[in-house]
Amino acid sequence: MKNSDRFSSPLWRDRALGAAAVAEMEKLAPRAAALTGGRVNFMEVCGTHTMAIAASGMRKLFPAELKMLSGPGCPVCVTSQGDIDRVLALAEMPGVIITTFGDMLKVKGSKGLDLHAMREKGADIRVVYSPLDAVELAAAEPARQVVFIGVGFETTAPVIAGAVARAKAAGLKNFSSTAFFKLVPPALELLLSDPENRIHGFMLPGHVSAIIGLEPYRFVAEKHKVPCVVTGFEPLDILTGINMLLRQIVAGKALVEDEYFRVVRKAGNPAAQRLMAEVFTVSAASWRAIGTVPATGLEFSAAYAAFDAVRRFKIPYRDAPEPKGCLCGGILLGKALPPDCKLFGKVCTPSNAVGPCMVSSEGACAAWFKYGA
Amino acid sequence: MCLAVPGKILSLKNNNAEVDFSGVRRQVSLDLVPDARKNDYVLVHAGFAIQVLEPKEAEETLKLFAEIYGKDHADASGPLGHTNP
Repeated sequence: MKNSDRFSSPLWRDRALGAAAVAEMEKLAPRAAALTGGRVNFMEVCGTHTMAIAASGMRKLFPAELKMLSGPGCPVCVTSQGDIDRVLALAEMPGVIITTFGDMLKVKGSKGLDLHAMREKGADIRVVYSPLDAVELAAAEPARQVVFIGVGFETTAPVIAGAVARAKAAGLKNFSSTAFFKLVPPALELLLSDPENRIHGFMLPGHVSAIIGLEPYRFVAEKHKVPCVVTGFEPLDILTGINMLLRQIVAGKALVEDEYFRVVRKAGNPAAQRLMAEVFTVSAASWRAIGTVPATGLEFSAAYAAFDAVRRFKIPYRDAPEPKGCLCGGILLGKALPPDCKLFGKVCTPSNAVGPCMVSSEGACAAWFKYGA
Repeated sequence: MCLAVPGKILSLKNNNAEVDFSGVRRQVSLDLVPDARKNDYVLVHAGFAIQVLEPKEAEETLKLFAEIYGKDHADASGPLGHTNP
């Protein structure tokens, strides 16, 4: 096999191997469920997993005893209404160019407006592929202020740290970014410390783990005795990740295992961790449905504070109510699935989304709407 | 949003690489993978390589899948993947 074929081989999606994986799941699930009160609830923490599971259609093949819950792993979905309002306030600043990943365009603020609507009213809002595109734009437009809307987890934070560090090295005074970042391990602690928690295993995010490694999850297995498997994104990765979780339960073990070892190393990516720690520092973060929680996010470090967009434009944080009737919060916490929401598919659809779980292409509601259960 | 795509480094200069994604070429920053070299495979997220990939390990995973899910091993119970510690 050529090197280039190893990462894109059709074997990752092989039907016969997939069927065998499902057959193994059918054997393991009843045995595991017998130990967990009749049903096994696993959570895929990452929105990219949510989408991969939905797009593959594999949910229909899951044994009745197994339930996959979506977690707080869609960056746009976990961003609080108060922070969405700050994004829209930044877009109102005269002369500012807002640069963002596309996911953010249609998330409504508490006044019902989104970036897309603001663009129609004349705001300069541009979708970019990389925060480096925003830095290049700032270099090309020295008379304009360029703001990048930074949201996301440990996968995206170092990338934005890299862009900010390049802007600093280039001496750019007209580039800034938001730092509405969330950290995955403290999010897991939040879920596990909820007395209503009923999660029996975590399918851990492959690309967050590529950065942070395996060690930060140790407390999940050791303190909470909940099995964890860092999992890749191909159908066979996901089926195997589930089987590894089921096997841990059957064996009465709670470990942090790595199914995605072709990408995820035990120590993660130390260079990315260093850059992230240089540009950002751990801080409180405001989560949709959860509120503001200490030490669950990142903010600019003192050395890079000049690049903080909300500081530069003096945009305070104000709590704002979530859309009425929207169940995004419960879905993010694994307490509900999209069809449990009264708005789902009726009032709330991708073309007229009420909550962020329907807006984001990685949101659980968008995935269920597009691909069905 | 945590989507990441593997590609091959064709050339590099000052921590910027030209990376081939199955025929599509893009400029990618190597700031997060300072040890990456020409012909390495990297995983790219939002314009930055976030990890160097080992084709050997991808092949090892595929072999493991074939072993555990192959028809002679329908009830495999051995370990798959790497465990911490």
